[in-house]
Amino acid sequence: MDISRRDLFQIGGKILVLASVGATLEQITGAAPPGEAYRMADHWWGMLIDIEKCIGCGNCVRACSKENNVPQGYFRTWVERYEIEDEAKPPRVESPNGAIDGFPPSTRTDLKSFFVPKLCNHCADSPCVQVCPVGATFVSPDGVVLVDQTYCLGCRYCVQACPYGCRYLHPETNTVDKCTLCYHRITQGLTTACCENCPTGARQLVDFKNPQDPIHEILRTQMVQVLKPYMATRAKVYYENLDGAVR
Amino acid sequence: MRRWFRDSAHLIRPALVLMAALVVFLAIRTAIVPKAFGQYGHYRPGALDLVRQHPIAFAGQDACLMCHDDEAKARAAGKHAHVACEACHGPLAQHADDPSAHVPKLPEVANLCRRCHEQDAAKPHNFPQVITAEHSGGAACNDCHKPHNPHL
Repeated sequence: MDISRRDLFQIGGKILVLASVGATLEQITGAAPPGEAYRMADHWWGMLIDIEKCIGCGNCVRACSKENNVPQGYFRTWVERYEIEDEAKPPRVESPNGAIDGFPPSTRTDLKSFFVPKLCNHCADSPCVQVCPVGATFVSPDGVVLVDQTYCLGCRYCVQACPYGCRYLHPETNTVDKCTLCYHRITQGLTTACCENCPTGARQLVDFKNPQDPIHEILRTQMVQVLKPYMATRAKVYYENLDGAVR
Repeated sequence: MRRWFRDSAHLIRPALVLMAALVVFLAIRTAIVPKAFGQYGHYRPGALDLVRQHPIAFAGQDACLMCHDDEAKARAAGKHAHVACEACHGPLAQHADDPSAHVPKLPEVANLCRRCHEQDAAKPHNFPQVITAEHSGGAACNDCHKPHNPHL
């Protein structure tokens, strides 16, 4: 077999390209430390939601869906409207299409009603992380529960384990998807899309490791609680002025 | 060779097979599991970068205010002072990156105002709300109110 000078260059070039592709794969799977300016150890993210400020406009749901390309009919955050007629009976809860277009107006003034925005609680002791058989979901060093889309098998264990119903199987990738607390934004100094677009400031991104964060004052002086505290998940989404009927 | 106990010879071959299987398992495991797996916990640290690579859609307040300080002034004087630009105007990170290539459309006023200000018993009582049909008689909100500073 004759190898001309031309062949040699062509083959050499192909080998070079393949080698460089190999190198990038190595970088993707390897441990490139995330970001230079952002230090994960300096943050511990969570959220504060004030029920008395929520007007149920659904801006957060729309913003989340646009920011994160959430598939239609699936929600990383949603808003529920509670209507409590009789404390002894279960409340009426509705969330038409996740409240992505707000709510049809309710005129019932004879009962207690309010809005409850919901999202992943970014639990520090998260049941969803504990059940993952392959290490595809985890609590990041800065306290955000994330999914490794390249590792997820789509077994749905975590979807069932989440006590707050915050996970879904993405219909196109068939991997589990959930709120990332806009990790791509908060690690660049921005707030989450839902907090950015909340017109009344009912949602606030909080950083528990920042001593200047107003959350410390609020936790000390206000009535705050998390959803389902009896699950002992150490949820980090705190609610102000939350009614006891909310589950 | 001295036998340890009666018929112990038949254990040697399975033991060898098991050893070989173990070696193969460990070899495959080292080849498959990424090097940094377990650096921060039982997961692949590269996943953090993967999540961070997601593009940003909402540029954020500060980006808007770099150019639009006249609108910001009008808004700061009114009740909408703390409503972010993109809460009404939609995601405009592309516009912030290249203003001439992505010119934003004006929001549809009819739905926009109503979503927040339509009367609903579940809304906080101190929040300004109207029954649109009775309030405006079919006129568009911005016939009377200026959206950046809605006071008449």
